[in-house]
Amino acid sequence: MTETTAPRSFQEIILRLQTYWASKGCAILQPYDMEVGAGTFHPATTLRALGSKAWAAAYVQPSRRPTDGRYGENPNRLQHYYQYQVLIKPSPPNLQELYLGSLEAIGVDMNLHDIRFVEDDWESPTLGAWGLGWEVWCDGMEVSQFTYFQQVGGHDCHPVSGELTYGLERLAMYVLGIDHVMDMPFNDPQSPQPLTYGDIFKQTEEEYARWNFDVANTEVLLRHFEEAEAECAAILAQEHMDPKTGKRIIMAHPAYDQCIKASHMFNLLDARGVISVTERQAYIGRVRALAKQCADAFVLTEAGGHSQEATR
Amino acid sequence: MADLLIELFSEEIPARMQARAAEDLKKLVTDGLVEAGLTYAGAHALSTPRRLTLALEGLLDHSPTVREERKGPKVGAPEQAIEGFLRGAGLRRDQLEERETPKGAIYFALIEKPGRPAAEIIAEVLEATIRNFPWPKSMRWGAGSLRWVRPLQSILCLLSTDDGNEVVPLDIDGISAGNTTEGHRFMAPGRFPVTGFEDYAAKLKRAFVVLDPKERQDAIWQEATNQAFASGLEVVDDKGLLAEVAGLVEWPVVLMGAIGADFLGLPPEVLQTSMREHQKFFSVKNPRTGRIEKFITVANRETTDNGATILAGNQKVLSARLADAKFFWENDLRIAKSAAGMGAWVENLGNVTFHNKLGTQAARIDRIAALAREIAPVVGADADLAEQAARVAKADLSSEMVYEFPELQGLMGRYYAEAAGLPQAVANACQQHYSPLGPSDDVPTEAVSVAVALADKIDTLTGFWAIDEKPTGSKDPYALRRAALGVIRLVLENDVRGGLAAIFAKGYAGADCADLLAFFHDRLKVFLREEGIRHDVIDACIAMEGNDDLTLLVKRARALEAFMKSEDGENLLQGFKRANNILSQAEEKDGVEYSFGADEKFFEHASEKTLFAALAAGGGAISSAIEAEDFAAAMGGMAALRAPIDAFFEAVQVNSDNQVVRRNRLNLLSQIRKVCGQVADLSRIEG
Repeated sequence: MTETTAPRSFQEIILRLQTYWASKGCAILQPYDMEVGAGTFHPATTLRALGSKAWAAAYVQPSRRPTDGRYGENPNRLQHYYQYQVLIKPSPPNLQELYLGSLEAIGVDMNLHDIRFVEDDWESPTLGAWGLGWEVWCDGMEVSQFTYFQQVGGHDCHPVSGELTYGLERLAMYVLGIDHVMDMPFNDPQSPQPLTYGDIFKQTEEEYARWNFDVANTEVLLRHFEEAEAECAAILAQEHMDPKTGKRIIMAHPAYDQCIKASHMFNLLDARGVISVTERQAYIGRVRALAKQCADAFVLTEAGGHSQEATR
Repeated sequence: MADLLIELFSEEIPARMQARAAEDLKKLVTDGLVEAGLTYAGAHALSTPRRLTLALEGLLDHSPTVREERKGPKVGAPEQAIEGFLRGAGLRRDQLEERETPKGAIYFALIEKPGRPAAEIIAEVLEATIRNFPWPKSMRWGAGSLRWVRPLQSILCLLSTDDGNEVVPLDIDGISAGNTTEGHRFMAPGRFPVTGFEDYAAKLKRAFVVLDPKERQDAIWQEATNQAFASGLEVVDDKGLLAEVAGLVEWPVVLMGAIGADFLGLPPEVLQTSMREHQKFFSVKNPRTGRIEKFITVANRETTDNGATILAGNQKVLSARLADAKFFWENDLRIAKSAAGMGAWVENLGNVTFHNKLGTQAARIDRIAALAREIAPVVGADADLAEQAARVAKADLSSEMVYEFPELQGLMGRYYAEAAGLPQAVANACQQHYSPLGPSDDVPTEAVSVAVALADKIDTLTGFWAIDEKPTGSKDPYALRRAALGVIRLVLENDVRGGLAAIFAKGYAGADCADLLAFFHDRLKVFLREEGIRHDVIDACIAMEGNDDLTLLVKRARALEAFMKSEDGENLLQGFKRANNILSQAEEKDGVEYSFGADEKFFEHASEKTLFAALAAGGGAISSAIEAEDFAAAMGGMAALRAPIDAFFEAVQVNSDNQVVRRNRLNLLSQIRKVCGQVADLSRIEG
């Protein structure tokens, strides 16, 4: 067993995951600096799952789901929360064992708990992505999502990436034995200035819930959505050859940022309740079209496995 | 003789796919072996979450040698022909045999295909099986291109004969077959070799794996019922859940826990659904009160604390789930009991689109309510109650509980309607108006429920007909076939009388009602086929007037089917067809319709008189029987015609040279057609 002592705080669990996955050879990346709905949206997952190049990365990603806001009152629902994300390409044959090792690292004693892999096929209609895998149960609670990516942005994944997503708050609450997320120690409870999750996030949950549900200017949001959509297309419409440097520079990442932005605008509009059931599908389709165009562009870049030879 | 053991070991196979996959493995491998000449005495397939296993006994160790004789060209035939024959047979000239035949000397090739060792065949068959396995969904992993349901990790393929064991040499995408397997992931990690099926099963059990899904199911059920019984309780039967849970564990350990007292006031269906859907728990109820008080979870391992940690964890998850459910229930009840009651929810449905061409749920409810009023008198329901019921029947779609558990729609409506103090018939209609959902689902019988159920389905059908979104081939995204079958069963099982066409006409405007009725008739044929009623018998009845009164139509079809099965019926049909053919040909030839009725004075033969009298008497009897909808009596009347018709054709030639006699006989035949035609259009019956 890698760790014998039980962790005492939310941040200790995060730090242990970082140390564990670093020891298994992952690049520990930092969160993406944009609002996203889940760790999968980080280009380190969405774009890097494409193409033939090997990849191994792990990171924390703050994630926003405006509709899940409960003013900080629900014991485990938040509009802003953290996911821990691991993406390894090609998926190693011992990925399940590596994953179970990470649970041990954060203090889950395999001799006392019941860990199960329960069928759960993952699909992201906004990213045009899907994969097969499981939700991982620990004593009946879903603690992670485990997926072998088959398609992203409409492209078949070859090789296949293995993706692990941990819902950090829920997992940590379980490991720490906490019933309400706001009561969870964020740093060590023995430290001179102990802080709970609520000390840090209770007020922001209230503020954002109010803004998300009742105040956000829907006209502005809608305009942002459309601007992002237009900018994405404009970026991708540029010549591959940069006239200034004379280099081949395909701007897949800046275009993808616009896709992320559009997706978040859609989530905010949804929380404001101004999107009807039928419109919903249309918006999702528009974001998917952007994701697909970005994926198409990324596979033409070097990171996307495109060889310079082929272009000459 | 040999025994064969195959194990395909993978990451966790979805529970719902395991049983089918084990059977597919058995079928594909045994079919392939038998095809190649390797017969076997017995086969059985087993599965756990991580493996598919196939054991074959009494397998031939070689495929038999096959000899084939081929006739070739004549001796002395052109060289090209002989060369070609040799190539096809794979032989040399000196291996051919010359034989004298009546046509001269001819070359014969004796081809002997020697038998092949079993291992060679097995390797080919297993590789083909793995590469073409019919998983409902499969995937790739790593950098490979092999597809399996989840990553395939190892292949065990062991052939045992009296001389010992042999690993069948096989390599698929870098996975080499071997003689080892793994036990329980946590309780007995590590690989071990096996020597044959018995050794394999025994070692697996020692490594905490119960190989047989049936054995796991039995063990779970037995232990669950024992634990419940010891507390004076009983487990709520759930075969589907039992099979699923047995597919999630290799070493089942049953644990029973209590449901927090706070949650015992929730409707039992809510408890059961939440526990089943989210947690895969069995419900345990108190037989005296009918209340669900405990749950049973099945873990995949033993622990040193006898499952205490696992149970506590599960209990905690359940409490969080039920806290949500309780929150929804209490919020919903508060709204149902408020002044606006369920009306607030209906209003909210004004914002929910049913279908972009068919408007909102609220608009749909208005239509259903109006239609339910129209249908009410037909099914003996009070029109006001039917309308009231239709107005609230879908209100629960706006409730929080149904948002969370869509499968509780209708049922929650009933609870909330009761809480709102609505009449019981209205509350019941909330629950029952969706029924029947499937062919085995119960059909509502309470008049108000029947009216709303019919109105709901007919609004849907006429609506989708009006926007031309009819089912095509295997595509039926709005389940319109199911809706039509629902109407059929509601009508038949409640003996509803009256024409559907009039009701369709009051449904969604713009539907092609004749086309919709034809769709109903098609569905009815499928439905009655289950009963053993032939499609042509139904066609003969559909051709009659009033075919949109399904109850009448089916009564007629059932009577006709029974009659057609009798000897009288069969013969009468022949007589009718003969009469009809002769008559139709004559009418076509003469360009007239013979419908005057015969004149007794032109009869030449006694059989004509007898038939005439029989038709006169029978015609009256049959028409009054039909009038009274006594189809059995009508068929009896038809049966009485059989002998006179047979005797008539026996005795006379219709197409007499005497034109007057001929015309009179044709008019007599026309009488047969007319009399029989009151019952059904027999010309549509085959045979």
